[in-house]
Amino acid sequence: MRTPFIIRFLQATPKSGWIGLAVFAAISLVLLPMLHLLVPAGSLFHVSSYAITLIGKIMCYAIVAVAMDLIWGYAGILSLGHGLFFALGGYAFGMYLMRQIGRDGSYQSDLPDFMVFLDWKELPWYWTGSDSILWVLVLVLVVPALIAFIFGFFAFRSRIKGVYFSIITQALTFAAMLLFFRNETGFGGNNGFTDFKRILGYPITAPEMRVALFALSALLLMATLVLGRYIVTSKFGRVLAAIRDAESRTMFLGYNPLYYKLSIWTVSALLCGIAGALYVPQVGIINPGEMSTANSIEIAIWVAVGGRATLIGPVIGAFIVNLSKSFFTQAFPEYWLFFLGALFVVVTLWLPNGVVGLWNQIQETRRAAK
Amino acid sequence: MALCAVPPAPTFYTHTMRHLLFTLFFCLSFFAHAGIDPAVVKQLAAEESEDKIAAIRKLAQSAEPEAMTLLQELAAGTLKNDKGEEISINNRVRREIDGALAGLKLFDPDPVVRLKATREVAAKADASQAPMLAKALENERDPKIKGMLAEAHALATLKHADMNVRIAAAKVLAGSSDPNIKAVLKAQSEEANEAESLVRRAAFQAYLEVKDRMTFAETVGKIFSGLSLGSILLLAALGLAITYGVMGVINMAHGELLMIGAYATFAVQGVFRNYFPAQLDWYVLVAVPVAFFAAAGVGVLLERTVIRWLYGRPLETLLATWGLSLMLIQAARVIFGAQNVELANPSWMSGGLEILPSITLPLNRIVIIGFSLFVLVLVWALMNKTRLGMFVRAVTQNRPMAGCVGVPTARIDTVSFALGAGIAGLGGVALSQIANVGPDMGQGYIVDSFMVVVLGGVGQLAGAVWAALGLGIFSKFLESWAGAVVAKIVVLVFIIVFIQKRPQGLFALKGRFVES
Repeated sequence: MRTPFIIRFLQATPKSGWIGLAVFAAISLVLLPMLHLLVPAGSLFHVSSYAITLIGKIMCYAIVAVAMDLIWGYAGILSLGHGLFFALGGYAFGMYLMRQIGRDGSYQSDLPDFMVFLDWKELPWYWTGSDSILWVLVLVLVVPALIAFIFGFFAFRSRIKGVYFSIITQALTFAAMLLFFRNETGFGGNNGFTDFKRILGYPITAPEMRVALFALSALLLMATLVLGRYIVTSKFGRVLAAIRDAESRTMFLGYNPLYYKLSIWTVSALLCGIAGALYVPQVGIINPGEMSTANSIEIAIWVAVGGRATLIGPVIGAFIVNLSKSFFTQAFPEYWLFFLGALFVVVTLWLPNGVVGLWNQIQETRRAAK
Repeated sequence: MALCAVPPAPTFYTHTMRHLLFTLFFCLSFFAHAGIDPAVVKQLAAEESEDKIAAIRKLAQSAEPEAMTLLQELAAGTLKNDKGEEISINNRVRREIDGALAGLKLFDPDPVVRLKATREVAAKADASQAPMLAKALENERDPKIKGMLAEAHALATLKHADMNVRIAAAKVLAGSSDPNIKAVLKAQSEEANEAESLVRRAAFQAYLEVKDRMTFAETVGKIFSGLSLGSILLLAALGLAITYGVMGVINMAHGELLMIGAYATFAVQGVFRNYFPAQLDWYVLVAVPVAFFAAAGVGVLLERTVIRWLYGRPLETLLATWGLSLMLIQAARVIFGAQNVELANPSWMSGGLEILPSITLPLNRIVIIGFSLFVLVLVWALMNKTRLGMFVRAVTQNRPMAGCVGVPTARIDTVSFALGAGIAGLGGVALSQIANVGPDMGQGYIVDSFMVVVLGGVGQLAGAVWAALGLGIFSKFLESWAGAVVAKIVVLVFIIVFIQKRPQGLFALKGRFVES
């Protein structure tokens, strides 16, 4: 008898993985929220709202990094356009947040401020239903995935790969950025969406709301890791790795790479969309800058720093790079780009397996020295 | 609000009333001598504005240079009547004087003044100016001014009572390429404005001719700006095409090599400013080799220290070169500041070439098109006529085989990377003459130049040329009817679709390949 799916799904993650997740859950779902909500602000153990927002934001990035790793580390496809899917998820949820402002905007209108400013009289058709959180969540799940599916279908069908694929995805996100910069597109142009007030009627800046979003991000990150483990240990994941290592041979064995690549590509975009939707209420702004080519390439470096083709690596990488970014941009803003640039070079030259692979790398070097 | 008559306060002039009286009488006698009717001059002092205007018109038609002095004095309020009182004028009269003065300038001995005056009059010629224009046309010797005057005269007589005159005017106007005249002719060909069908037909004929000429001129202008954009894209993409062809790596720092070329140009300009200010006009020529070697030097450095160690891992190279580009941008910010730097166009590159009255081609763009042609010929000769070029082509086509027959592939890599970087430096010199020079300037070109390489196919000069010029012209035509942003998006989408059909680009290398 076949084991039920849910059991197989959960069994994919080994026992040590579950222990790690339990520790992570204890910290992110219990300890940090309590230290933020219950410990008074003056105390040494108090976790500031800045820290909660920062870590919550980085957890969203970590979801994106795992999504990127699924496609790059396990399928060998480097996307330079994942920022697009992230931003699309963010924009979709941002529509709901804009509608929740209600008449509290500076023009006291039912329409979002930027539309009043542009002298629009009613919402464009694609804003229909954006006041319902359910419909917006559907959009968050469907829009990035659908766009990824259509684009991926055409790209993988004509067997575009390697740097060609990377460049085309970069062009895609660049084109989208230009499109979203236009006021006529109906997404706030340059300024994007900001000045959010509430979610489901609750104020967005309240500590409880912040902690709720934080916990939700942590939960989703853990879910992503469990899902990722299931995918890469399944037969599907094995075929994917085979395609990465020798595409022609896999084809000769009778597998059609198109559907394997397309599936993982779409799942990856879907995860990015969800991360984007969680990211926007926490940072309080979404604008076309999120779609810039630089942002998408930075996602790749999170994965590379942590370690490709491992699931925990991208999470660690996202934390290392983004914590250094917050540190540098505050302490030495002029050196941040030097540091980031050097990170790209150092990691690709000397750390092919990232920090996660560092231990093995040192062992191997020692063995070779003997 | 009534435009009431406000005579200029004459305080400035009143200090020597006798002198002014003298001037008037002197003038009167002088004009009488030179053929101006004294009665007309007297009429200037009439009570009624109507009389004054009539006198001004007569003076204007006299086309005598002295009439101008007289009118100028009248306008300044310094002209006196017989009793020694200042002649007051109101705004209506003042407007009339301005018109008359402009008309009189048509008879100025200086052709530059005449040309300027003709331009002014031609813009709003009406029936009242027809006799004056006819007279000016008769006297004019300069063919260019004569042509403009003929047009202005025709415009002024388009409403003439005689229908044959109207038809003749329409026929003359058919030679114009002015949007205003196009509109006037269009109006004249409509039944509401013109009763005679013959005139309507002539006007319509003329309208079509003007329209065709303008469409032609616009098309020429668009093709030119497309060529100009294409030549920039070509300079940016040529180097990229070489390095990608030879090594299969995409150099994300390529845009920063453009930036280095532009900053090298800036530095050369600074040296010229300080040490050879007299030869400042020629700094661009010196900047060309300097920029080439500066960028090539940085290229060699990048290749030797980073890219060399990443062969066979194109995706990692892409990320590493991106990191290098970030560091180069920040280095430029630290050295030259975050602001854009000022670069002066040399005098021999500023100005334009007027090929039709409505289109002027900027000289600096023409120079850049010529420059990119020059670079293209140089690269072509290098690739096809030298031993080094042969090696480069051999490595592009089949690296292991080239190595087997003794091509030093590692050295070829370094040299071709330096060459690609140097060409980017040359592109930077060209860009510095038409675009802003700042630390971020390279970023804007990176996506575009990749598109050229992707579209043209790998390792193919011809592909890069066709793709660059095609993209340039295509986007300029799109821009004119869809706006710049939409044009850019359409071009990107077009390339994504194009790659579906021809993944190897326009010009694929022929031969059989084995994928690893």
